[in-house]
Formats: sequence, structure tokens, C-alpha cells
Amino acid sequence: MICAKFAKRYASFELELELIAEAGVTVLFGASGAGKTLTLDCLAGFVAPEQGRILLDDELLFDAAADVNLSPRRRNCGYVFQDHALFPHMTVRGNLLFAAERHARLERHRRVGEMMDRFRIAEFAGIYPHELSGGQKQRCSLARALVTEPRFLLLDEPARGLDLPLRNELYQLVRQIRSEYRIPILVVTHDLEECFALADTMVVMGAGKLLQSGAPSVVYRNPASFDVARMLGIANQFEAEILALDPGRDTSRVRMLGREFAAAYLPGYLLGDKVRLCVPASQLNVAREAGRNCVNARVAAVTELPSGVRVQFEPELIVEMSRETFDAHGSQLDWWIEIPASHLRATG
Amino acid sequence: MDPDGYDGGRPMPTDWSTFDWSPLTLSLRVAACATVISFAAGLALAYLLANKNFRGRELLDAAITLPLVLPPTVLGYYLLVMLGRSAPVGRFYEAVFGGPLVFTWQAAVIASTVHAIPMLVKSSRAALESVGAEYERAARTLGASEWRLFWRVTLPLARRSILAATVLAFARSLGDFGTTLMIAGDIPGRTQTASIAIYDAVESGNTMVARTLVLVISGVTMAIVYAANWLERRSKS
Repeated sequence: MICAKFAKRYASFELELELIAEAGVTVLFGASGAGKTLTLDCLAGFVAPEQGRILLDDELLFDAAADVNLSPRRRNCGYVFQDHALFPHMTVRGNLLFAAERHARLERHRRVGEMMDRFRIAEFAGIYPHELSGGQKQRCSLARALVTEPRFLLLDEPARGLDLPLRNELYQLVRQIRSEYRIPILVVTHDLEECFALADTMVVMGAGKLLQSGAPSVVYRNPASFDVARMLGIANQFEAEILALDPGRDTSRVRMLGREFAAAYLPGYLLGDKVRLCVPASQLNVAREAGRNCVNARVAAVTELPSGVRVQFEPELIVEMSRETFDAHGSQLDWWIEIPASHLRATG
Repeated sequence: MDPDGYDGGRPMPTDWSTFDWSPLTLSLRVAACATVISFAAGLALAYLLANKNFRGRELLDAAITLPLVLPPTVLGYYLLVMLGRSAPVGRFYEAVFGGPLVFTWQAAVIASTVHAIPMLVKSSRAALESVGAEYERAARTLGASEWRLFWRVTLPLARRSILAATVLAFARSLGDFGTTLMIAGDIPGRTQTASIAIYDAVESGNTMVARTLVLVISGVTMAIVYAANWLERRSKS
């Protein structure tokens, strides 16, 4: 388990983070410039924070107050770099042997052979990195990082530059590593799908701060703030006033878009409070006619998606629907959009 | 070869077997020694400048650059003061080797080394610094010591540029004139390098000797520069 709390200041950027990563996959999720890679660099020991401490199980890796700062080579961390950083002047086998050098010769070759079999790179053993494809490079750099038997693994945008099938293969591989090595694995990404595909825990970061952390499904259901909801692609956000709260039935009533709506119970709020509610675009339904929780809306813009269409309405509503649904209603001017009460949740 | 250029200062050699090649062989020997020394010292200095953050780093860099811009006579004068028979270094050398350092071919090696080292350090520093930081980071997370990182990763990745710089340093030490003249003098057969011999030959009107040496030196240097460019190009691809 990694337990880290530290701060690093630059002239125009400040990283301040408290992070706990258990065995399993923790995804650092955020836009570029949020400080995700800097966080990995602090954990790996490339960058020394000004304040705080980093603990790996019961071992102190960094402590500003006690002036402890283990060098990267003593932290026992596997780091898979964005561009793989496979040594171009060594073969695949050479790269792995370099990582295994602290073992005795026979043991070294046994380990490397085993790792090459496990990651299906044995057939490329004598090949130089520039002759490998993106997926093969990725497998090599994972294998090389794991040869050292790291106590934690850091992956910086591992799927960058991989096409969809290779991405899925990579996710499979990371899940396999997670079950075989019971170590903390930290993955940096700005890709929401990747985050959901891999994460046991997701840590949402923005502008050097931790915005929210938790299981992805929990974070998605209860985004801690407007910003988090936006980053999770939850497109619909409403200003609302609470009219009624019923914890017993797990419901509430709110006023928004100029009328009354039923919503899920809003814990922690009082009658009359102003709240911000949000609904993912995929959770809104198209209704045949006016009804409970329905809004009358007109189409403003349509965007094609691989799985259907994303329709922007006036008043401000964004709905993702299947192509069939869109075609069925395509000719009409006025639409009825249902906002399901159970998906209408507060941000923060 | 060209009877018009011969003004009777020295007897013109009748055939190549009597031609005095000693300035050329001396030059090559001096340049080779100077290259070996400046490679070792230059690489160490380049490593220091590229990797260590210490006070006065840029001052050291400036001091190393100085020989590139100072007049050779100034440089020679400094060396004479430092290595002369009354200076501590000169006296130490004399005590150990039993003879003075100045006006020997070893002094010419020192002059050539000082002449060649700035370029080698500058190019090597740039080459070492241009090795991707990610490779060095990767090596560190894989448990490599700084020593192993340098010999197994940084140096192999920078080797072509450093080799190109070394080849150029050899060409440069071959061409030193002023500094060598100041501290090694012009003793035919002992400290008279090719560039000094050419000057001598021209002064004494021995055009044949001058032309031969000029052609050989030009050819050798051309080949060296070509090789260095080729290495540099390969290092970029």
C-alpha cells in the first residue's frame, strides 16, 4: 500500500495531494496539466516534493521533515513510460537482462526467459525496439518493469498511441498483472473509458489537486463537484431548489427549468436549499408524450456517435440515444425528454 | 617538383627516400597522444558539466572554452609560466622524469591537448545532454547505479556524436601551431611538428617540402572531417 501526502510548488503550478493506493489498480484521472505525471514522478523519486511524506507499506520513501529521500533505484518501483523508454541500443532480451542485473547469471536468464514467455515476447528476443509494433513495445516495457519484482507499478498513459483492439489487449494484460502481483498499480490517463476499464479506485485530479476519489461507479453516481461531473462527461447540469425531501422513500422534489421534478433523495440538504443536479446524457429518455419529469424541448444540434447520436436540445439538455429512437422522432419539432428521478443527483 | 619555386636555400631531395617525414610522424604521434588524453579528460569534464549541478559549473565551462578564443601565443605563455623549469609543475616533472618538460615532444602533446579539449568537451556535453531523460530515468527505476547508467545507457546512446567530436579533436590537435611553438619550440626531428615544419619550409623557401606537407595535412584533415560528418549524420538517424 502506498500512502502519500505531499506538496510540490512551481512558479505557475502547485501540486498538493493526499493519496492512498492499495494493492490493485488506482487510476489517476484528469485533464492534461492536472499534475498526474508529476505525481508519478514524485512517487518514483524523480522529483522531490517540498513537503510531506511517502510511505510504501511501512517503509519511508520520502519525508521532507526527516530529510529522507530514497533515490529512484532504491524505491523498487516499476515505471512504464509514455514512450516506453526501451533502450534502443539493446535487444528486447538485452533490455530485460539490464533490469535483472542484480541477480546471479543463471537466475537472471531464468527470470528473463520466464517473463518473455509470460508476455509473449520470446519470439522478439533478438530484435531491437525500433522494429517492434506499439503493442509489442508496450508488452516489452511492462515485462522489463516487472523483471525487477517491483513493490509498486506506475503506468503513464499506457494506451497512448494504441488502436482499439490493442487497447483492450493492454487492459486485459493489466488486469492479469493485477491478479498475479498483489501490488499497488497506479495508472495515469485522461481517457474515461480506460479509467472505467481498469480502475479499482479512481482518483480525479484537477489543477494539482485531488478532486474526488473512490470506486469509479460510486464517483460516477455521486460526482463531488460540478468540475468532476464535467470531467466524467456528465453533460446535463441544473440549478435547482429543494421543495420536499423524503428520506423514507428515497425521493425528493425540486424546482428547476421552471417547473417541479421528482428526484432521488438528496442527503445532507435542507428544504429550500439551492443545489446543482446532474444527469449523464445517456440516462435521459425520449418520451412519446408529456408526463412526469418530462421537459418540452427542441433540437438544436446533432452529433454522430459510434453507438448512436448525441442530440443537443433547447432548453439546454444533452441526450444520447440510439439511432432508431432518433429516426423514430426525427420529423417532429417538439420533443418530450424524461429526466428519470433516480438519475437526478446532486453534485457535491 | 617545381624547379621555379626552388631558390637554393636547401638542397632539393632527389628522391622520396631521402624526404624527411619526421615532422609528419611526430605530428601524428603528438595528435594521437593528445586525442587520447583529451578524450579521457574531456569525457570526464563533459560528464561533470552535463550531470552534476555544482557551484561554478558555468564558470568551469567558460574556462574550458577559453582556449577556443584566446590567441595561441597567450595560451602558450600561460603554459610556459605553469610548466616552465621554475614553476612547481615543471619542477615536479623534472624531478620525476629527470629532464625538463618544456621544449620536448611531450610539451607539444600538452599544447595540442589544450588546443583540442574545448571542442571535445562542448560536443560531448551536448551529446550527453541530448540523450533522452526517459532512458536515464528508466535505467534508474530498473536499479542501475549512476556508474552503470553512464557506461551502459548514456554513453552508448551518445557514442556516435562523441566519436565524431573525438575525430575532430584529432584533426584540431594535428593543426596546432602557436601554442606548440611557444612551449615545445622548433627543434627539427624532436619537436618540429608538421605545421611548424611547413612554416619553416616556407620561411627558408623550401617550397617542395612545404607543398608536400601542406597536401598531406590537407588530405588527412579532409578525410577526418568527412568521417566526423558521416558519424554525426549516422547518430541523428
